[in-house]
Amino acid sequence: MKEIRIHGRGGQGSVVMAEMLAIAAFEAGKYPQAFPYLGGGGERRGAPVQAFARISDKAITLKEKIQNPDFVIVQDTSIMDIVDVFQGIKPGGTIIINSNKDKDEYKVDREDIKIYTVDANKIAIETIGKPIMNTTLLGAFAKITGQISLEALKNTIEERFDGKIAQKNIEAARKAFELVRGDN
Amino acid sequence: MKERISVIEGSMAVAEAIRACNPGVISAYPISPQTHIVEYISDFVADGTYKGRFVRVDSEFSAASAVHGASAGGARAYTASSSQGLLLMCEVLYNSASTRLPIVYTGVNRTISAPISIQPDHQDTMALRDTGMIQIHVESLQEAYDAHIQAFRIAEDEDVLLPVMICMDGWTLTHAFEPVKRFSDKDVKEFVGEYKPVQFLNPKNPITYGAFADEDKLMEFKYLMVQAHEKAKEKIVEVASEYKEKFGHYDGGLIDEYRTEDAEIIVLAMGSVVSTVRAAVDELRESGKKVGLVKIRSFRPFPKEAIIKACKNAKLLAVIDKSLSLDVGGILVSDVKTTFYNEDKKPLIASFIAGIGGKEINRKVVKDIVADAEEIAQKGKVEKDSIFVNLNTQFI
Repeated sequence: MKEIRIHGRGGQGSVVMAEMLAIAAFEAGKYPQAFPYLGGGGERRGAPVQAFARISDKAITLKEKIQNPDFVIVQDTSIMDIVDVFQGIKPGGTIIINSNKDKDEYKVDREDIKIYTVDANKIAIETIGKPIMNTTLLGAFAKITGQISLEALKNTIEERFDGKIAQKNIEAARKAFELVRGDN
Repeated sequence: MKERISVIEGSMAVAEAIRACNPGVISAYPISPQTHIVEYISDFVADGTYKGRFVRVDSEFSAASAVHGASAGGARAYTASSSQGLLLMCEVLYNSASTRLPIVYTGVNRTISAPISIQPDHQDTMALRDTGMIQIHVESLQEAYDAHIQAFRIAEDEDVLLPVMICMDGWTLTHAFEPVKRFSDKDVKEFVGEYKPVQFLNPKNPITYGAFADEDKLMEFKYLMVQAHEKAKEKIVEVASEYKEKFGHYDGGLIDEYRTEDAEIIVLAMGSVVSTVRAAVDELRESGKKVGLVKIRSFRPFPKEAIIKACKNAKLLAVIDKSLSLDVGGILVSDVKTTFYNEDKKPLIASFIAGIGGKEINRKVVKDIVADAEEIAQKGKVEKDSIFVNLNTQFI
């Protein structure tokens, strides 16, 4: 079973990202689960939000929060001042950060963690016209982890959004798939 | 049987089940984490797939009143709420249950203020425990879907005629996405059947409901409700069996036993935490510990006989409560103790208050509870009324 934790702020679509991740994984014949954690008063735009997803070969019954994720996705680097996004990452785990900086700019005192960055803000604004980066980051996630295919992600986006918006989001995911950089 | 499995939100699973059961009247007022259920139903109104009447109201009190009136008028009726919203409904709910109206509710479990919090525990639906309604707790999205469909059959049975509340943990179940197997609205409608009220308010044949009773009959009304609860025990099991016959899987009954046959310690719990306890039991069994689980599905009626049968040979019962009666302790554990008090053979019963205000209960927490339980079992005596699990001592 692979476990994923997503960090973002309310309104950035972290919960929808976890949902789409689960749907894309299901399409590939896996058993998925996705759920949010809206702590700190929750449900407010701008408040720190966590969303979780699990992908497994067997049915998932666990309902506990994810303590030791295999993969972490950070939508908004401003959150890194107040939340330890590296917390509990499994040995050899991976973090994908939405950033225009190089991965070396992000320091963590563990050498086993693989860091990737992708400038999802820029891609999303150029392609979708809005700084909503969830589909873009899923493109990067697909490339780095291989847990979902770009094809499954495309189908999921088409199911979730209407015509033109869907196509723009697919294009953004594709770009991120190509542009993500880090520990290859 | 046409069925489809796809990844949907828990709230959507409930909304689809409700749409298929086709209540004549739905009324609700939004409150987190119930909101998504009602939003999805509103979508069904907008796209024409739900053809009943959706009554918008100004409060939960009005929502409960609207479905009370609708049900008394002979319609199948549904509403949902959470936390403070359920408390605001409370006065009406006593009336609806005592008027024997078979309304179905979703009680989306969320803690009670103050301080304000939107996290799940069971305090809100516990506050409705004595209204007279049936309360069934579910642990998964699939069970939420199945239980809502079964709820109408149980509520509307002529020997029962009581409101049924399906209790499901907010966020953990309502906002989670998982694969859920659903059946065609047509097949579900067939299973639930058309609602034929025994009697209803009708200007052409005037009767009155719940108007007045003196000391010669008020207690008798309540006694009849006690008998209806006894009948409901049979009905809950029966409907789940029929559901299995039609749809192929069993999701129902009063309790669910897991690895209890030779268990020395049995954990008793309700709601979504049951899934996590089950996983912990598997891991503890692997390390040779004789641990089992009893999931309490039906909280009202309380399945005393089934609990005794499942637990009588254990050394100790570790009861997890996500609600609290101050100074007495856990509410579920009190019922479990009452159940065994007059039995000749009874296990030790230890109370663990956990998960209040959404405090995390993961496998490690369950294992800690079991470790404490083992220690108590070894001593052979329960010394503490309640063990508060993972109290943050910084604030005390």
